[in-house]
Amino acid sequence: MKLAVQVNEGPYQHQATDSAYHFTKAALEKGHEVFRVFFYHDGVLNGTRLTTPPQDDRNIVKRWVELAEKYDLDLVLCVAAAQRRGLVDEGEAQRNGKDATNIAPKFRISGLGQLVEAAIQADRLVVFGD
Amino acid sequence: MADLHTVNKSPFEKNSLEAAIKFSLAGSSILLIEDGVYGAMKGTVAEDMVKGALGDRKVYALKSDVMARAIKADRIIDGIELVDYTGFVDLVEANDKVQAWL
Amino acid sequence: MSDIKKFMYLNRRAPYGTIYAWESLEVVLIGAAFDQEVSLIFMDDGVFQLVKGSDTSQSDMKNFMPTYRTLGDYGVRHLYVDKASLEARGLTQEDLIEVAWEDFETEEEVDNIVEPVDADQVAQLMAESEVVFSF
Repeated sequence: MKLAVQVNEGPYQHQATDSAYHFTKAALEKGHEVFRVFFYHDGVLNGTRLTTPPQDDRNIVKRWVELAEKYDLDLVLCVAAAQRRGLVDEGEAQRNGKDATNIAPKFRISGLGQLVEAAIQADRLVVFGD
Repeated sequence: MADLHTVNKSPFEKNSLEAAIKFSLAGSSILLIEDGVYGAMKGTVAEDMVKGALGDRKVYALKSDVMARAIKADRIIDGIELVDYTGFVDLVEANDKVQAWL
Repeated sequence: MSDIKKFMYLNRRAPYGTIYAWESLEVVLIGAAFDQEVSLIFMDDGVFQLVKGSDTSQSDMKNFMPTYRTLGDYGVRHLYVDKASLEARGLTQEDLIEVAWEDFETEEEVDNIVEPVDADQVAQLMAESEVVFSF
């Protein structure tokens, strides 16, 4: 089965991103293909490398990165949502004249078309949100 | 044609569970996750509604979310099946599509 | 599997209080480029998204109401509204905007694709769709 996952909420504020992570991990471990994880709304905040949770808490961003490294997972932040919320990669920094980047490794910023394409390509779209 | 409906809201906070039950067809499955698992509890004002759904639909609750919320096995409505994330994935595969009631 | 899928956008939230309504509308607009069979359904507080007469001049928020009126030009064929949700909020179709639709190839025209439907129809429409987007 080919899956697409949509994450609508940021880390820590809402359990949605935890649920999305555990679901994605379970699907990958079962041998399913995850075509893409698309982060929308505050979900784009899952992709900042500047996250520093307390040591006794889970590191949600790092968890995504490690999962992506292990399974070559496509983690995409919506560009419009990212711009609104200050998630910046090299390209965005140059285009919008920003003095820094904060995107975590393995994440990339792209358009909403990536969500629509994922929904078309995948056998199932699974949405996690508030 | 069967769909999986996920519900992540407590039935005491929002009508997501009510809507999922109202708009799901017989034969579909409802999976309670996150705060949605409070809908699996016996003795609440939502119990009759959930029991009604169990007549022709399957209702599941995510075990890890049930455990985190201190809902003991004997407080779960009879007929509701607990699943782990692998079971969640299996439900997604077994149904035609997934509809999230946020 | 056919290349064209039946997309359903499920709208259950009021506009303005959160960004979900506006950002989900953005998906619909972008999605038009993919030529899918697109319907939107409005229920619960989502029906407030279609109420006409929004004035954001004093709230300093973007008024995205005019965008709904253009959805017919973005490949959206149906805007279904759950009747019970309307009634529960003291609304009728008179309170809602109208959205026109035209097929530029066949010149088929529909004056208003905003359509109140009852619960059975809602359930059927959702069951028939192949992808449901929730925001």
